[in-house]
Amino acid sequence: MKLTLKIWRQKSAQTKGAFESYQVDANEHMSFLEMLDVLNEGLVEKRQEPVAFEHDCREGICGTCNLVINGRPHGPLPGTTTCQLHMRHFKEGETIVIEPYRAQAFPVIKDLVVDRSPLDRIIQSGGFISVNTGQAPDGNAIPIEKDVASRAFDAAACIGCGACVAACPNGSAMLFTSAKVSHLALLPQGEVEHNRRVVSMVHQMDKEGFGMCSNIKACEVECPKEISVTNIARMNRQYFSAMIGSDEK
Amino acid sequence: MKLDAKIPAGSLEDKWRKYRSTVNLVAPNNKRRIEVIVVGTGLAGASAAASLGELGYHVKAFTFHDSPRRAHSIAAQGGINAAKNYSNDGDSVYRLFYDTVKGGDYRSREANVYRLAEVSVDIIDQCVAQGVPFAREYGGLLENRSFGGVQVSRTFYARGQTGQQLLIGAYQSLSRQISLGTVEMFNRHEMLDLVLIDGKARGIIARNLVTGKLERHAAHAVILATGGYGNVYYLSTNAMNCNVTAAWRAVQRGAMMANPCFTQIHPTCIPVSGAYQSKLTLMSESLRNDGRVWVPKKKEDVEGIRQGTLSPVDIKEEDRDYYLERRYPAFGNLVPRDVASRAAKQVCDDGFGVNKSGLAVYLDFASAIERYGKSQAHQQGLDSLDKNLVRKLGEKVVEQKYGNLFEMYEKITGTNPYKSPMMIYPAVHYTMGGLWVDYNLETNVPGLFALGECNFSDHGANRLGASALMQGLADGYFVIPYTIGPFLSGEIRTPAIKTDAPEFEEAENATRARLEKLMSIGGSRSVESFHRELGLIMWDYCGMSRNAEGLNTARQKIRALREEYWKDVFVPGSMDDYNPELEKAARVADFMELGELMIVDALNRNESCGGHFREEYQTPEGEALRDDANYTYVSVWDWKGDADPQLYKEELKFENIELKTRSYK
Repeated sequence: MKLTLKIWRQKSAQTKGAFESYQVDANEHMSFLEMLDVLNEGLVEKRQEPVAFEHDCREGICGTCNLVINGRPHGPLPGTTTCQLHMRHFKEGETIVIEPYRAQAFPVIKDLVVDRSPLDRIIQSGGFISVNTGQAPDGNAIPIEKDVASRAFDAAACIGCGACVAACPNGSAMLFTSAKVSHLALLPQGEVEHNRRVVSMVHQMDKEGFGMCSNIKACEVECPKEISVTNIARMNRQYFSAMIGSDEK
Repeated sequence: MKLDAKIPAGSLEDKWRKYRSTVNLVAPNNKRRIEVIVVGTGLAGASAAASLGELGYHVKAFTFHDSPRRAHSIAAQGGINAAKNYSNDGDSVYRLFYDTVKGGDYRSREANVYRLAEVSVDIIDQCVAQGVPFAREYGGLLENRSFGGVQVSRTFYARGQTGQQLLIGAYQSLSRQISLGTVEMFNRHEMLDLVLIDGKARGIIARNLVTGKLERHAAHAVILATGGYGNVYYLSTNAMNCNVTAAWRAVQRGAMMANPCFTQIHPTCIPVSGAYQSKLTLMSESLRNDGRVWVPKKKEDVEGIRQGTLSPVDIKEEDRDYYLERRYPAFGNLVPRDVASRAAKQVCDDGFGVNKSGLAVYLDFASAIERYGKSQAHQQGLDSLDKNLVRKLGEKVVEQKYGNLFEMYEKITGTNPYKSPMMIYPAVHYTMGGLWVDYNLETNVPGLFALGECNFSDHGANRLGASALMQGLADGYFVIPYTIGPFLSGEIRTPAIKTDAPEFEEAENATRARLEKLMSIGGSRSVESFHRELGLIMWDYCGMSRNAEGLNTARQKIRALREEYWKDVFVPGSMDDYNPELEKAARVADFMELGELMIVDALNRNESCGGHFREEYQTPEGEALRDDANYTYVSVWDWKGDADPQLYKEELKFENIELKTRSYK
């Protein structure tokens, strides 16, 4: 299949970027990233600089790949990362627009590569359970209801790709942050420090320049792991209740 | 040089306990002054960095990823083994130890494996405490399932994303230490050289992948947790960026590789579909709990399937060859990976492969769906003779167990595995070989440690399923915090290492010269094209089966390819910039040397064991034929560049296990 690609090219964060058009010959069994590999190999053959994009596991789990494809983070399929998107979902002769994630908190590093380290700093601000190696009681000491564990898992399935931020007109990281808050608060092990955690993580999120949530829910639609916005509601509830009894201003 | 594995004296059961009680420690006030570099933030690296940070060492952690949450440990699907015996089915530390040594075809070190089995139980506790959402029973307790090569249920899992959940747990612990300031995190930094001062590992040269700048980082000791080298085959289940560079740079500085030819070919991967393909995708071994592997018995059925005139569901039960159940009745579809892979290769070589290329077999869930469906109908008081209902109920159970894997299969292949059996074929998955380490996980270079897949120590010639996660976390959480003691306790008077030492200068210059050389060749071929060619040589001659003639040919081919590489590769872009092509170029250069060493190792080992199958050494039934009299040793190689590598042998002593021919019949 013959395709036209309109790809965002930008040398660095300091320089201005622009779209450039490329023709590529793909086939329907290729993954989207394999199609970009073909494009890049062609560019290298012509001694041009290939398009920089991030990827690693190509199994939809590491969260490295991103890309906004035809205006949608990770492309048109629900619950699918870019690396798991295959060309059979595109049409012969189609023009595909490929952009980096665009958010104030994610500056472009080069072409389609952005800096998502603010997400790491949100986790560092409290997205953990404070247990040192060797302190743990027996794994079966605290039974956890099967569906509670299952709900915690649903939140823990977040791959930290940042699609929620890219999807949000406000550039908000509420879905990402609330998924971690929920994962840990739902489990008895994490419940102990949940007040401290939620306050600290929300403050860090604000500090990193992410926008506010205005219940647009685009994040839920675009999330490749289909994380639910009910996590945001849970986080808001916890945040308010934590702030009421808190010394933090 | 004499290799000393430093195995503690005493009975197998006492070794680790006594070691822990008597090993030299570093006092808290001294720990604060001691710096440790950890390269890699997968399960082994993240858990090591977090645990050492908790102990009070000053840790500097490095990853080439944009975040320490991305390492390929994350893609492990099936589970993690632990000798908890929660299933009350006869499991014990000894049995996990025994299964692992046997599964590894008696080519691993008893003391290391026993320690691994011992600490396995602590790993589960630790992970639960961190909030890892393992699968649970209705009673709220942890659930287990079975994996290949064993007859007990000891595998803990978190849906089909166990690796992800364990890595997130370790990442969160690491994040906590970063926030506390005990760990300094360097994202987007790739280690390109090891720095030795007075023969001890004292630092690294790392390239900042955003700015291209070479940086010097010093420490009292260096830990490599940089994973395996399966990408030497180009196509593998490894992530695209997995590479051998950190370990191979250490080899250039005198560390030695052990058993490099021991490669695990995983039996259940999605078959290759075209030349453009960049990587292969694994379907978890857990699927073999319920999936049955088969090919048609009749050649005409095979033809029909390949031409698309026949569908696998049309083939009658009696016309199917469930070859694993036929050949290995005791373990059936759950034989170890090496055995299952070779059996698949055999039926395909005999012409029974079920896709166009003839390189695929079926993994069928129809009987599991029926079995579960009937049981559900029975439980719910519904009609268990209603076929459609039973099917629907059964599919639901299978979806709960393996839903995400089935979904992934459908996304990649475009076919629905609930309706038609999956097609699978073996692919390179894991490398048992790696840097040689002693009981302390220290390489032959003092102060240089290797953890996880990066070392060779625990899996012998074949790794059992769900044991990689176990080893990575065992090494990082529970082994290295103790075993780094003997080295560091001798360093408490060593002041902070300075990066202006001439050794740093030399290493930085050498690294820069190497990168400049790659940039300046300006040849006609892409890095990718060389990598692909290297991969084909490795797969054809040093893959699922090997023979002396082929290996000799491959060695010549690789040398020629390497020579061409340094004359004709083209690397676009600049050195002082974000340049993924340059990163790749440096990695492929190292793969080209490692590939040769793997071939030399495979040539030296005149026996078949585990993942290493030499065609000259097999039984009349085509099973691997080990040579215990001559090859019960670890091959430890000193790489000498263009000259022949030198072999050292670490004899393996089996004091607790009797060496037997592995039988899964």
